[in-house]
Amino acid sequence: MTAQEVRLCGLLLQEHFGEVVERIGTHLLRGGAQNLRTIANETNTPLDLVKKSLCVLVQHGACEFGSGRRGPGSPVEYRASCERVLRVLRYPRYIYTAKTLYGDTGELIVEEVLQRGHMTMSNTVKTVADRLTHNMEEGRSMEYSEVVSAFSKLVETHFLQRCPPVAEMGTAATSTTPATPSTPAAPASTSPPTAESNPDCYKLPHVTLIGRGKRRRSSDDSEEQRGGKKAKMDSESCGDEGIYWLVNFERFHQHFRDQAIISAVASKLDQTSSEIVRTMLRMSEVTTTQTAAYTQPLSANEIFRSLPPNYSISRPILDQYLSLLVDDPMEFVGKSGDSGGGMYVVNLQRALANLARATLESVVQERFGSRSARIFRLLLRKRHLEQKQVEDFAMIPAKEAKDMLYTLLSENLVQLQEIPKTPDHAPSRTFYLYTVNQLPTARLLLQHCYKTVANLIERRLFETKENKRLLEKSQRIEAILASLQASGAEPEQLTEVEEMITAPERQQLEALRHHINKLDSTENQVDETVFLLESYIFSTKTK
Amino acid sequence: MLRKQRVSFSNNAGLKKIQNRNSGTRNKDTVIACWKQQPTHSADMAGGKGRGIAAFSFNIESLGLSRGNMPQTREGPNKLYPDVEFKPVPLKEGEDEDYMLALKQEIRGTMRLLPHNIKPLAGKGDVERYKERYQRQNMLDEEWTPDWQLFPKELMPQKKKLNVKPVGAKKKPIKVSSKEKADVLSKLDELEKKDVKSDEEKEEKKTTEEGEEEEIEGEELEEEELEEENDYIASYFEDGDDFGAGSDENMDEGATY
Repeated sequence: MTAQEVRLCGLLLQEHFGEVVERIGTHLLRGGAQNLRTIANETNTPLDLVKKSLCVLVQHGACEFGSGRRGPGSPVEYRASCERVLRVLRYPRYIYTAKTLYGDTGELIVEEVLQRGHMTMSNTVKTVADRLTHNMEEGRSMEYSEVVSAFSKLVETHFLQRCPPVAEMGTAATSTTPATPSTPAAPASTSPPTAESNPDCYKLPHVTLIGRGKRRRSSDDSEEQRGGKKAKMDSESCGDEGIYWLVNFERFHQHFRDQAIISAVASKLDQTSSEIVRTMLRMSEVTTTQTAAYTQPLSANEIFRSLPPNYSISRPILDQYLSLLVDDPMEFVGKSGDSGGGMYVVNLQRALANLARATLESVVQERFGSRSARIFRLLLRKRHLEQKQVEDFAMIPAKEAKDMLYTLLSENLVQLQEIPKTPDHAPSRTFYLYTVNQLPTARLLLQHCYKTVANLIERRLFETKENKRLLEKSQRIEAILASLQASGAEPEQLTEVEEMITAPERQQLEALRHHINKLDSTENQVDETVFLLESYIFSTKTK
Repeated sequence: MLRKQRVSFSNNAGLKKIQNRNSGTRNKDTVIACWKQQPTHSADMAGGKGRGIAAFSFNIESLGLSRGNMPQTREGPNKLYPDVEFKPVPLKEGEDEDYMLALKQEIRGTMRLLPHNIKPLAGKGDVERYKERYQRQNMLDEEWTPDWQLFPKELMPQKKKLNVKPVGAKKKPIKVSSKEKADVLSKLDELEKKDVKSDEEKEEKKTTEEGEEEEIEGEELEEEELEEENDYIASYFEDGDDFGAGSDENMDEGATY
């Protein structure tokens, strides 16, 4: 939890959950595991607000609770996780991916589950059906079965998973879903169970949901009044109480990583090779674990059979493409054997490292110019170079090379390594070599990215605050216009209301909207870089 | 002897000169002693006591510098907004990005209205402001009850608060009526909201009715507690009484002569 991460988490919590949750959340992030009373005292918030905020945080998976440090008898301690809060930045990308894979239904399912933290299947299906019905034309409504099929597809491909069972904590609740067979209820287990540890985490509950989506009618009195009782009856009829579903972020990340590799191959080589790599990745989706360095070996015969039908290339051409991919310096594909026409693997870890390297190089290029980028790339490849060697290899005159090196050094992108010749480290007899370490530099850039996003959010809040009066005025006028149109007013009244906003105000509003859209869009795109760097750093951690 | 060597150290940069000086007294021990003492005097070695000569203890050429070409010294902290030499690359444009932008703004808007968004409690004693009534209508599912099986028990709102105060016999009938009153109030609220809702169309898609989620019981009872201290006795209008209808009937019957 660096300072930048905590700042960004605070801003995200504030935007989505309100100030109270933000205060509690940042306090937990800064202070580590704490119990309820400590949090209430140190943040000077009333106890019931603290309880509500903790409920919200636990609901969304941002906070975990466990028995205290002093054993099962001590009060419950809460721990917030920075990583989970930072995922909020990526919600639009998750929802858009679900849309491209499973259509509007899938998109709405993922959106509902993300907004509520975790939900039961029946609840999700009903809500999504209602929303879809609302958007359809009059007289048509959405069947529950269609939504259920989309839901089950999401679960089969592991994009959704069950909530992990809760460990027992002293006298607290026992827990879990009725469908899990033998979960050892060990009192005071120290490590919180992950979702994957549940053997049934991808099993759909046996629930029959029959019905259609309800269209909300504002003029339907009887439905509203009976609404309370009717809904209670509905929720009792479904048999999946206690089984909650979460979005499986890791699976989405796998998907994004695959997309990044495929698009890199497409831009470096050509469309056909990217299709080959896509086929290979698709075939190894289920056999590859999260943290594998490379996929399972696939023989060229298998790849040939699994290519999509519209890409009919002949067998020798496929072999040529594969050898081209293997020889490419980016090392996306490697050859691991000769049986079956050649066994090929996709080097996931190497690919991520290369993508991260390309990101670093492009950052240096955009900030400091192409010659500094040339020096940077040189140092990445040749590891350690002296000042004189840098000038010679990069073919840049001494003065400029020196200047650029010092700029890079002051930004911490390049480090100086001392190699003493004598045991007393006499400065006149020490080699000073310039070097670039990829991993620490990637971490540095990641922190810069977090800072960037936090700055963007703050700027957007500032812009909104500055023009608050104007925004409120335009909202009120829109509401009036909408109500007038609904009750059927003449065009003169409408134009009269529209003219309440003057032309310069309109221009100001336009400019404001344009700025806010730009800032929002930038946040989304910086998040793509964040994802790449995070995946690279994570892949180096697990060995 | 040793002291002389120390003085000569500070005057010269580099061990070579010292060795030249001491060539007459080629004593291995003193030379080694000189080496050992070198780190402690490194502070004096460059600049400072150097009698006006800016001397460096290391070979300047190895870093690419020369006497005439020193890099600029810092004149203070860095600028808060440093000059940007190269303009940043423009953003990616396309329908993917536009869609994600729209999604992001929509998510922000909807999450503000969910009950997960907790607002700091305003003073309850105040008169309810006019606009709050309209803002409250936008809240989707005013209250939500988390599944307590997945949460630690201590996070449940405490219902014990009522028991802390002296429980008199008076409390029991009032408690019953306050719960009924709560139901009546919530029904009235719903009817009210429904009436006003038909006037204004909201853009946000509403989820199923509020009635689906139960209100947190403890909250209700606490709110009722506050309202006890006013002029209106809670048990004045019992739900069972047919107010109005009963008295009319009686009047009708009583009017026979």
